[in-house]
Amino acid sequence: MRFDSPAEQNVSDRMKVLGQPLRRIDGPLKTTGMAPYAYERHGVAKDQLVGYPLGSAIAKGRIVSMDINEAQASPGVVGIVTTLEMERLPKVDWNVAYLFGGREIQHYHQAIAVVVANSFEEARAAAALIRVEYEEDQDATYDLAAVRQERLSDDVEPIDNIGDFESAYASAEVTLDATYTTPGQCHAQMEPHATIAQWDGDHLTLWTSNQMIEWSRQALATTFDLPAENFRLDSPYIGGGFGVKLFLRADAVMAALAARKVGRAVKLALPRPMSANNTTHRGLTIQRIRIGASQEGKITAIGHDNATNTLPGGDGENGARATRRFYAGENRLLINRALEIHLPESNAMRAPGETAGLMALEIAMDEMAEKLGMDPVEFRIINDTQVDPSHPERQFSERHFIECLQRGAEVFNWASRNKAPGSRREGAWLIGHGVAGAYRDAPAETSGARVSVRPDGSIRVETDMTDIGTGSYTIIAQTAAEMMGVSLEVVNVDLGDSRHPVSAGSGGQWGAASSTAGVYAACLALRKKIAERLAVDPEALEFSEGYVRYNDQQTALSELASAGSITAEDSIEFGDFRSEEYQLATFGAHFVEVAVHATTGEIRVRRMLAVCDAGRILNPMTARSQVIGAMTMGVGAALMESLAVDTRHGFFVNHDLAGYEVPVHADIPAQQVIFLEGEDPYSTPLKAKGVGELGICGVSAAVANAVYNATGARVRDYPITLDKFLDRLPEIA
Amino acid sequence: MSKLSDFEITRRNLLIGSATTTASLALPKFSFAQEKNTGQASSVTTIPNSAMTEVGFTVNGEARKLTADNRLTLLDALRESLQLSGTKKGCDHGQCGACTVMVNGRRINSCLSLAVMHEGDEITTIEGLGTPEGLDPMQVAFIEHDGYQCGYCTPGQICSAKATLEEIRAGIPSHVTEDITGEIQITSAEIRERMSGNLCRCGAYANILDAIEHVAEDKA
Repeated sequence: MRFDSPAEQNVSDRMKVLGQPLRRIDGPLKTTGMAPYAYERHGVAKDQLVGYPLGSAIAKGRIVSMDINEAQASPGVVGIVTTLEMERLPKVDWNVAYLFGGREIQHYHQAIAVVVANSFEEARAAAALIRVEYEEDQDATYDLAAVRQERLSDDVEPIDNIGDFESAYASAEVTLDATYTTPGQCHAQMEPHATIAQWDGDHLTLWTSNQMIEWSRQALATTFDLPAENFRLDSPYIGGGFGVKLFLRADAVMAALAARKVGRAVKLALPRPMSANNTTHRGLTIQRIRIGASQEGKITAIGHDNATNTLPGGDGENGARATRRFYAGENRLLINRALEIHLPESNAMRAPGETAGLMALEIAMDEMAEKLGMDPVEFRIINDTQVDPSHPERQFSERHFIECLQRGAEVFNWASRNKAPGSRREGAWLIGHGVAGAYRDAPAETSGARVSVRPDGSIRVETDMTDIGTGSYTIIAQTAAEMMGVSLEVVNVDLGDSRHPVSAGSGGQWGAASSTAGVYAACLALRKKIAERLAVDPEALEFSEGYVRYNDQQTALSELASAGSITAEDSIEFGDFRSEEYQLATFGAHFVEVAVHATTGEIRVRRMLAVCDAGRILNPMTARSQVIGAMTMGVGAALMESLAVDTRHGFFVNHDLAGYEVPVHADIPAQQVIFLEGEDPYSTPLKAKGVGELGICGVSAAVANAVYNATGARVRDYPITLDKFLDRLPEIA
Repeated sequence: MSKLSDFEITRRNLLIGSATTTASLALPKFSFAQEKNTGQASSVTTIPNSAMTEVGFTVNGEARKLTADNRLTLLDALRESLQLSGTKKGCDHGQCGACTVMVNGRRINSCLSLAVMHEGDEITTIEGLGTPEGLDPMQVAFIEHDGYQCGYCTPGQICSAKATLEEIRAGIPSHVTEDITGEIQITSAEIRERMSGNLCRCGAYANILDAIEHVAEDKA
């Protein structure tokens, strides 16, 4: 079905099952260790061998030679595939770096060989015996700051150049010109990339861990030069993604190549220490922000100049992205400088662009409020806009940013915050409070599903949609239960299989809204089919409690399907009105209290509040989990997460979970999440939008602003570690 | 027979790397897998790559025996040899806690421990705590409080959560214990501290804490 105009009253509005804080239907499997993740699927293919990868030891150059004799002779080895055996394999545009094949090295830990053995131990030992001779390019560059400095005078096409920024900024009564840096960040999802591959002739099955099944199926077709129909992917459980599993990656390609070579099923997981440099990361940024405002606090000019690293063909982390739409201001100059740096591939990580951009912009807003002598909540309220500032003819379909700020201020007791930076002390601790705004677009993508009523009266939903911890299983089951008038317990959901209808997949915060809309469409098709069977107008049917009711009659679903399942399939496609006439987005406000040790500078986050405006919330329990998880990741980005760049050799040094620090239990305090009541009929028939990426937007800046408020020492270089402000702590009386 | 002396003997034998095994009741027995094409290897290796050892332990109350590659971790013995894949491999380097299991009543990172070190040990994994049809109260609490998202760290979190409460009740102090001479209180600070070896990148920490506190209160 097409979604060409705003949703009206419909079946999903019953909200008997939808909108309820129901427990995850996959909970019993996940908590007992019975949920099957990619590498664990012993039963799917017989006689699985184990592959172990080898990564490049240089960042840029070429391989002169590889000696595999010793590895080949190592006990248990069945076969070895090296990158020199083939030309560079083609890739699709979603991938920036190539995944395998050829002599050329584009980045450190690029996959260059896979050893197949009877066991993991044998494969690993043998991989260490491969000798590689490299020729390293001497002209490679790994230092973003240096390259940015060299290329600041480059003529870059702005993202937005509206009004006359330079003049407006020059004549503004109050101005801010500050530069912020954010480091590379690692997804650090708990489940490493893993794939079991098996060929049957020229047909390949991959049991894998991937957020976007259809994208990867298309990518496989390109890479292996076979029709997409020859590939099946199955990815029912995914141990976290955050963007790092959006695309086909080297684990799948190596498993497939290895399986083809040895003629048996091969499984392969990327070793954790290879993950950071072999896969993708959130790019580094250097962001210069200039804001000009009137004495009353009205922004008149806003400039955001972002520089970020990318391999050839990528965008990096576009920090200026959120600035396009977040605040008013007639004169705007927004630039993204995606600079070619030969670090590993920078690509999407949770709220790509917005996350790093708001880490900077929302500190700038705090600094500007201080210059104006205004409450930072009030400053943001004054500069709210109900139209897209870069296309003023487009309205936001729903925008309740002001309410997020006001509600948050009230619940957090913002009025009693520490007002003068560095002035509130509780024993050994300095106490500070910070606020930041959150903005994230609310896209939707075409999404399909197949829904059946089965002879036992149960409902089965099949779609290639994935659940990466987001709760897709549960909200899809809730949608089907609502639409077909059954209880959640009798809905069976099968996800992540490319044999099912193509869905929107999990990415860009579009998954929940799009996939449930696709299930809605398929359920409408099923209801129509049932109506035809009963020779009744579909509008006259009422589905509830496992029955279809019409004209004073009722029939159990099990009776209808007694002769065999009734199945319907459909897909939702979103019309242009959604993107051309309106801007759809989600909004939020984050409030944070920190304590900073007055002598050591140790930072402890004490409480956090998020208020979110994201349309109808399909399941408040799983949606809240998305947001607290994102807040946690935001604390990591604020205080500890940083991929350390070796600017001589071009790789991330701290490429494991010991060196790349992420928040642990002890770092995370009480977290409160409030969802504003509301629905967005412009979004989907279910009037829902995503929250999983909104949740991380702005969090880090709220922490940063709270640290400033506690200490009076402003840090513009993330992460905020104590070495960056220890010498600026207030004098201890 | 002390565990320590067992280990020392075992280690010495490992280093000798000899096929002629010293006969001893408690000692694991060595054998070598057939090596393929050994003529080609120029052979820098002094320790044979494929030394195998028979080892026996109980897993979830069931006696299990396997012939293990000496390099096989307890984690892979569970996940691969015994196909008990509830225990997860997140990093294989003792950095994430996803592989947490109980050995003789204490939690360990099973990726940092070789299978051959566990002769006679009693091992409990997530599969031994409960099943979808018969859940442990901690598993129920994780479901009720949404103490997970992707689920990959969850078995390790649940094993650690149970161990955390047992450790507090056994009077084992932590970094945040204020009075190490008195009875240790089950506080959120104690739980957070003791759970900090179990990473959850989805960031379900606040909900996991709620789940553990719920179970602690029910038992109190």
